[in-house]
Amino acid sequence: MTIADRWLLPDGMDEVLPPQALRMESLRRGLMDLYYRWGYDLVMPPPVEFLDSLLTGAGTDLDLQTFKLTDQLTGRLMGASADVTPQVARMDAHSLRRQGPVRLCYCAHVLRARADEHQGGRSPVQAGLELFGHAGIEADIEIVKLALASLSFAGANDVHLAIGHIGIYRALAEEARLEDDVESLIFEALERKAVSEVDALIEQYIEDVSLAAMFKQLPRLHGSVEVLERARKVFANGSPAIIEALDQLTSLQNVLSAAHDDVTLYFDLAELRGYQYHTGLVFAAYVPGYGQALVKGGRYDDTGRAFGRPRPATGCSMDLKQLATLCQRAPSHDGIWAPTDDDNGLSQRIHALRDAGERVVQQLPGQSTDALAHFCDRQLIHRDGAWQVEPLAN
Amino acid sequence: MSKPLILALSKGRILKETLPLLAAAGIEPLEPLDKSRKLLFDTTLENVKLVILRAVDVPTYVQMGAADVGVAGKDVLLEHGAQGLYEPLDLDISRCRLMTAGIEGVTPGRARRRVATKFVNIARRYYSGLGIQAEVIKLYGAMELAPLMNLADEIVDIVDTGNTLRANGMAPRELIADISTRLVVNKASMTVEHARLGPLIERMGQAVEARRYSDMSS
Repeated sequence: MTIADRWLLPDGMDEVLPPQALRMESLRRGLMDLYYRWGYDLVMPPPVEFLDSLLTGAGTDLDLQTFKLTDQLTGRLMGASADVTPQVARMDAHSLRRQGPVRLCYCAHVLRARADEHQGGRSPVQAGLELFGHAGIEADIEIVKLALASLSFAGANDVHLAIGHIGIYRALAEEARLEDDVESLIFEALERKAVSEVDALIEQYIEDVSLAAMFKQLPRLHGSVEVLERARKVFANGSPAIIEALDQLTSLQNVLSAAHDDVTLYFDLAELRGYQYHTGLVFAAYVPGYGQALVKGGRYDDTGRAFGRPRPATGCSMDLKQLATLCQRAPSHDGIWAPTDDDNGLSQRIHALRDAGERVVQQLPGQSTDALAHFCDRQLIHRDGAWQVEPLAN
Repeated sequence: MSKPLILALSKGRILKETLPLLAAAGIEPLEPLDKSRKLLFDTTLENVKLVILRAVDVPTYVQMGAADVGVAGKDVLLEHGAQGLYEPLDLDISRCRLMTAGIEGVTPGRARRRVATKFVNIARRYYSGLGIQAEVIKLYGAMELAPLMNLADEIVDIVDTGNTLRANGMAPRELIADISTRLVVNKASMTVEHARLGPLIERMGQAVEARRYSDMSS
């Protein structure tokens, strides 16, 4: 290794420097306080766990995303957490075992084995919320409200909320009793909204005329609120599960249009993100200028089953690194520059100022940088027998 | 004013066939594309801009959100992986086939097969799907030369007329995929810009249909 590349960081691993690090930290504190006020208990998951529990019910995507290492004590394979949600689900199902709804929140560094450039590289800081133990739409609505509150706290305006419901596709696929390989073809075409490909596949594989008609409409059902009206017509003869899903979407829409008229709603009934674990309502929040969602969430019932306690669950998560970029306020120069002087009551004065919440930077002997270089806008000057805070002399 | 809508177009033959479809959707460049060394163009539609890129770069621009919409061949999309992109429209232009090809009259053996291609990801997936161990060799052009020079046993490439293959004593073997040009859309843009993108996709879809019918009747 040459001297020149000793500073090199691995792909997708980044450091956060001032002033961004401070913005991120105030965001973290603010969000955790917000969740606390909504009754969410903070948990801190371990950075590494045995692979069996880390990957339970999560599907192959998370497996590929997980860095693996061998536990030298047991010889078992461990994984570095790539997504906190399964860990929190384990805490709810196994460690806490509380009755009734359980609200948990967290903020943790995670590692991703594969660099996904627009998902915060390989070392995002994941903050999130999970609500266990309630299967109703009211729980989902609470999570959506908190997702929007988080964005607003982070400084986002002009939020676009994309809302879908995995239950619709699930019900259709179940009814059609498709072979696995056919279903994966249809699924893959739906994911890309490749309308003509979906049409061709449906014509080839689904004989039931009314079912085929519903399937074909699925990739076309995306857009503003009018989508829900169209969906009512398309699924007029749909199974009870589909009607239930549409009812849930409508109740969410009613709540949001009443309480959040500044948020633009976008419905996408063919949204299949996280199909491997999501079971109901899913959502993603976008802000113009960001090519990816800033907050993602949805319902994922049943994940606790592997730990002996299946529970309804819904939640959302966000990458704090990305979220913190919403705030581009210039760093404030609000500090007090103190001389090296070793008394006349200087240290008590500095102590009192710091106690009062001021930022005081004390000069070190022989230092060549000045107050401005240390982001100070005022200074302590000994005048009339006391230490006065005065504006910096220009 | 809101952020301009960026359309990323693939250079070359696809571009020539894309422009009439865009024109039908009301989008025309304000200056001729080939008379300029510029890469970013204003259009007749306010707040819509075109960027002209190497075809292989289009999925990257759209996936990362640098462009909202792109026009790219299915070959490029398959090779790129194109995860996280919507593909709402088959533009039905620049049709061709992605095939394997080799020296005429030679049947490939069971041994490890050497394959020359610029579509390395597609080739790896294709051969592993068939249960064939393939050693994929990345080349940037003149694939037909590789078997002749004994660099490879087979190639994976786009076949249009097959003339270049025949001229070099080669023949197409297996079809991997039918290729046409697709309209791709960034997922975030589809949500945030739906009011502008919905009508754009619809008008282009109508233009594709109209062209299909006029081809049939002529």
